[in-house]
Amino acid sequence: MPSPMPSIDARGLVKMFGSTVALAGVDLKVEEGRILGLIGPNGAGKSTALNAILGLASYKGDLKVLGLDPWTDRDKLMADVCFIADVAVLPRWMRVSQAIDYVAGVHPRFDRAKAEAFLARTDIKRSSKVRELSKGMVTQLHLALVMAIDAKLLILDEPTLGLDILFRKQFYDSLLNDYFDRNRTIVVTTHQVEEVEHILTDVAFINRGRIVLTTSMEDFETRYCEVMVSPETIAAARALGPIHERQVFGRGILMFDSVDRAKLAPLGDVRTPSIADLFVAVIGGPGSPAQGAAA
Amino acid sequence: MTVSTDVAAPPAAAPAPARATRPFYWSVRRELWENRSLYMAPLIAAAVVLFGFTLSALHPRNFHFGAMALDPAKRDALAVLPYYIGAMVIIVTGVIVGAFYCLGALHNERRDRSILFWKSLPVSDLVTVASKAFVPLVILPAVVCVVAVVLQLIMLALNCAGLLLHGVVDTPATQIPLFDIWGVLVYGVFALALWYAPIWGWLLLISGFARRAPFLWAVLPPLALSVIEGLAFGTSYVSDLIKYRMGGFDQAFTVHAAGKYMIGQPQIDAVRFLSTPGLWTGLAVAAAFLAAAVWQRRYREPT
Repeated sequence: MPSPMPSIDARGLVKMFGSTVALAGVDLKVEEGRILGLIGPNGAGKSTALNAILGLASYKGDLKVLGLDPWTDRDKLMADVCFIADVAVLPRWMRVSQAIDYVAGVHPRFDRAKAEAFLARTDIKRSSKVRELSKGMVTQLHLALVMAIDAKLLILDEPTLGLDILFRKQFYDSLLNDYFDRNRTIVVTTHQVEEVEHILTDVAFINRGRIVLTTSMEDFETRYCEVMVSPETIAAARALGPIHERQVFGRGILMFDSVDRAKLAPLGDVRTPSIADLFVAVIGGPGSPAQGAAA
Repeated sequence: MTVSTDVAAPPAAAPAPARATRPFYWSVRRELWENRSLYMAPLIAAAVVLFGFTLSALHPRNFHFGAMALDPAKRDALAVLPYYIGAMVIIVTGVIVGAFYCLGALHNERRDRSILFWKSLPVSDLVTVASKAFVPLVILPAVVCVVAVVLQLIMLALNCAGLLLHGVVDTPATQIPLFDIWGVLVYGVFALALWYAPIWGWLLLISGFARRAPFLWAVLPPLALSVIEGLAFGTSYVSDLIKYRMGGFDQAFTVHAAGKYMIGQPQIDAVRFLSTPGLWTGLAVAAAFLAAAVWQRRYREPT
């Protein structure tokens, strides 16, 4: 059931840097209560798109975030939007207690008790300066600040970049268990697709400034399947029109879009591919016969 | 129970009620957290002055062979002199701190990318720039005044203690017109802050504009302009303008001829100051610079 107003509604978003096209007409609609993974290679336009959504960059085209134009209404929008950037951007001179005081002082929807409770579960000292914290702790602090804000939209741009695996796991667990509810919307970009796969409700692939695929996870699971075939059956499988093919240990793994699983079952083991596999198939890693086929 | 009719109840979980916020207040506090030199530098300058003053105040020469033998007017002037010098040291420190503060204020947040954090909060660019301009215009002058007043009080106490040690009473050193000095101090410090407003505005603008080396960007273009003007036209309008802005502040006072007493007694002349066109054109230019700084922070992409 779509809500009357999507959290993000972008149509024909274009952004140029000089003669370089960063966004070549992005169409993206994110409904309330979804967790969208925005996946794309480096330079695909992920950060540019997020910057436009956050009112940090200008753009051409139509963009409404929570019904507001982010470029003209950034400060108003930020009362309902939270943002964790791809780099640790908390000011290094700031003390933990000052960060809490400041956000509490300027943000109308900040719940200090929530932030304190979250920090109490970490080793972060209130009197520490950000520069004295490890990278993981800085991210925890930022997450504590953000999770204490009753925002409608949370944007995460590579939030776990450079963190060790324990922190990354904790990060997404906290996000899902302590923060997310059906009234919030989350958009996350990451290179580690497999880590966010289980929390996403939707996924969008972006490449060369365009959204090349958007799907809900339910549709993803029914629509795409992968079959591992032996050399004897590979010809039969190819006849069904795979969108991607790769070789593993001398066996072919073929990916299909909207092909009846019953037809594939006799050829080999049928399973749902991972998002990473689909990403390679759609964006076109090495050996892809069908670049852009799903666009 | 009252029912609010003008607010439509949201369908699902109601968002937490918005708390009142004070973005400007907290933005100013944030500046003080980040820039401890705003008060540390004047305090250190005061400590240096006190150290020197203590050495001289405790030196017997100053009472028995120096000031005492002079005629009363000169004695008074000499007795007051250290208090003015002390205040001047704090004021000059304040100006230098203010200049460096402004050069970093919109630059450092870009350099360490923390601007992405600040911009992720519902604080407008206008409030941010206003809070940064508030520091050299109001905070720093207030700090300078408080530090200078406390410094002068300690100087007076030291002076009295020194005199008692030497058994000297009834000297001009115990009759310092501190309240008069403080009036001149507070008026002068805030008048100076206003007179320098276009300089603060310029430095803040350059601070947001320069990708690196904001100091050079702030200083070299005006310098180059005045050199080019001098070479090309043989005139000196640019350098005169700079000199006027740097030194024209003396219009805030009427200084009676110093004569043989080495220092003049500055008299507050607010009417003259407020009727100086240079004050108002300066403030207008400052407003234009600050507006440009707001525009720049808002519309320039922080990457």
